[in-house]
Amino acid sequence: MYQKTFGYRVFSVFNYLILALAGLLCIIPIIHILAISFSASAPANAHLVGMWPVDFNTESYTKTMNNPNFLRAFWISIGRTALGASITLAVITLGGYALSKDTTVFKARSRYAWYFVFTMWFSGGIVPLYIVIRNLHMMNTIWALVLPGSVAVFNMILLMNFFRATPKELEEAAFIDGAGHFSILFRVYLPLAMPAIATMSLFTIVGNWNAWFDALLYINDYRNYPLATFLQTIIVQQDFSKLNPDVNELKNISQRTVKAAQIFIGMLPVLVVYPFLQRFFVKGIVLGAVKE
Amino acid sequence: MGTTTKAIAGNEVLRQETDKSKSRGFLKRTWPLHIMLLPAVILQFIFVYVPLGGLVIAFQDYKPYDGIFHSKWVGLEHFKFMFDYPDIKQVITNTALIAGLKIICGIIVPFVFALLLNEVNFNPFKRTVQTLVYLPYFISWVFLGGILNDMLASDGIINTVLHNWFGVKESILFLGDGNWFRFVVVLSDVWQQFGYGTIVYLAALAGVNPSLYEAAEVDGATRWKQTWHVTIPSLLPIVIVVGTLALGNILNAGFDQIFNLYNPLVYSKGDIIDTFVYRTGILNGQYSLATAVGIFKSLIGFVLIIVGYKLAQKYADYKIF
Repeated sequence: MYQKTFGYRVFSVFNYLILALAGLLCIIPIIHILAISFSASAPANAHLVGMWPVDFNTESYTKTMNNPNFLRAFWISIGRTALGASITLAVITLGGYALSKDTTVFKARSRYAWYFVFTMWFSGGIVPLYIVIRNLHMMNTIWALVLPGSVAVFNMILLMNFFRATPKELEEAAFIDGAGHFSILFRVYLPLAMPAIATMSLFTIVGNWNAWFDALLYINDYRNYPLATFLQTIIVQQDFSKLNPDVNELKNISQRTVKAAQIFIGMLPVLVVYPFLQRFFVKGIVLGAVKE
Repeated sequence: MGTTTKAIAGNEVLRQETDKSKSRGFLKRTWPLHIMLLPAVILQFIFVYVPLGGLVIAFQDYKPYDGIFHSKWVGLEHFKFMFDYPDIKQVITNTALIAGLKIICGIIVPFVFALLLNEVNFNPFKRTVQTLVYLPYFISWVFLGGILNDMLASDGIINTVLHNWFGVKESILFLGDGNWFRFVVVLSDVWQQFGYGTIVYLAALAGVNPSLYEAAEVDGATRWKQTWHVTIPSLLPIVIVVGTLALGNILNAGFDQIFNLYNPLVYSKGDIIDTFVYRTGILNGQYSLATAVGIFKSLIGFVLIIVGYKLAQKYADYKIF
């Protein structure tokens, strides 16, 4: 038994230490930004804050929450995420189910499969897509953000594999009972596919919340920016020109503690959603990836 | 499971009824399946296939005012112009160097980490570590960029720690010095991705045949020898697959990350194809040039993906379908 040897025990101690350190390393930046956001602005500006707030106060959050530009962007992000994730989940569930049917039953299946796989490999790039969106008069609308990437082909294939792994007998029994494809999908397959659906939800919700570049291209008016794009502009690029802020507002948003609070609120939805869906996603990915 | 029992019972019925059901047309009634696929087909047509046609502007002198149908045809001029552009060699070098380092580290670090994690028998600890290390993968580079800009500033926490604990006298310009910038880009990418990268290896580790370990144990192999002679050879195929498939990303150095970290000071060492195209192509309105560079990038990526698949097929017997 190797576990009992002295050498292995020494290794084990170091191993636990290294793993714990690596785990901490992944959240230290988040803790640091959280500590700054809850500190008073003087110690924060003097760089006295480490992992714990100095002179604890919530002023930066009050300021952030009283900033109408921030709040508007926040709600746009919520709306965009809800709409985008709903569209993606609906489209890939329906598509994944249809593609999971055998070619003997559904002759056109392989043609459809190629149609989608092709789009995974080839794309026109930024400019042609931009031209299409402009010609569809989608500029400055939420549709320019939620529609172009809504068919997540890879996730659709994962779902397809998941549906395929579901025992055929269930479908046949439902069919005997007189169910059609739509009720088989919603009453038989979906309840069984909840781990996979949870995984896809995590990815699409997080993906929509985090997306920032598309709005930089397709939205001209900063008042329609989602939060990630808004923060990208004012915190990362430090470009206030679009905002036309008055002196007071400018002083507020360029404060280190307020920046930290904005970043933390920006990450918060992901931090909240993640633990709930995390236990599903490893299972979902592995199950979906396994082929028969 | 009521449904299951019903299914088994139904199976008998079905066997007799198969012919009848076919004649009733259920199995051949595929129109609901076509309807289910319709939204995805339309969306992909509008947002992928139509823009593919728009690639033609790479061979035109595209002016938004004239549109695709009335812009002047210039053939390969933009491609020539691209290779004559003074900065382009540096940009391609930066891209390949940063992406290459990311690919190599992105394979080794998760692999080693998965091996270490696999030695942990105390499950709550294992799960906690996993939860923590997967997390950065889900956070946008906008926020990570905001945090790193703060932490890596000349008076930020990293420099403070280096100064107070390690006696480093002058602050290091992590994001203002080209060489440090490359280092930060690769390191922070590994930091963000390594946890997520372990998933595939952990899955493969769970699939290693336990009898191999038992046999090695009987032969008196230490854990180190078991790792070397059983675990690593068992994981090698999946490592080869991951590595070869990553080849296609040799010109994708990570637009989101670099765009949120860089500044004009580090353009010479940190500017990559995607950021270069955004600045010179999109912001300056040279749409045809931007598209031409995009085509060049896709071509290289596509060739490498094909080569990667062939290699994966040859050495690891891997097929995507």
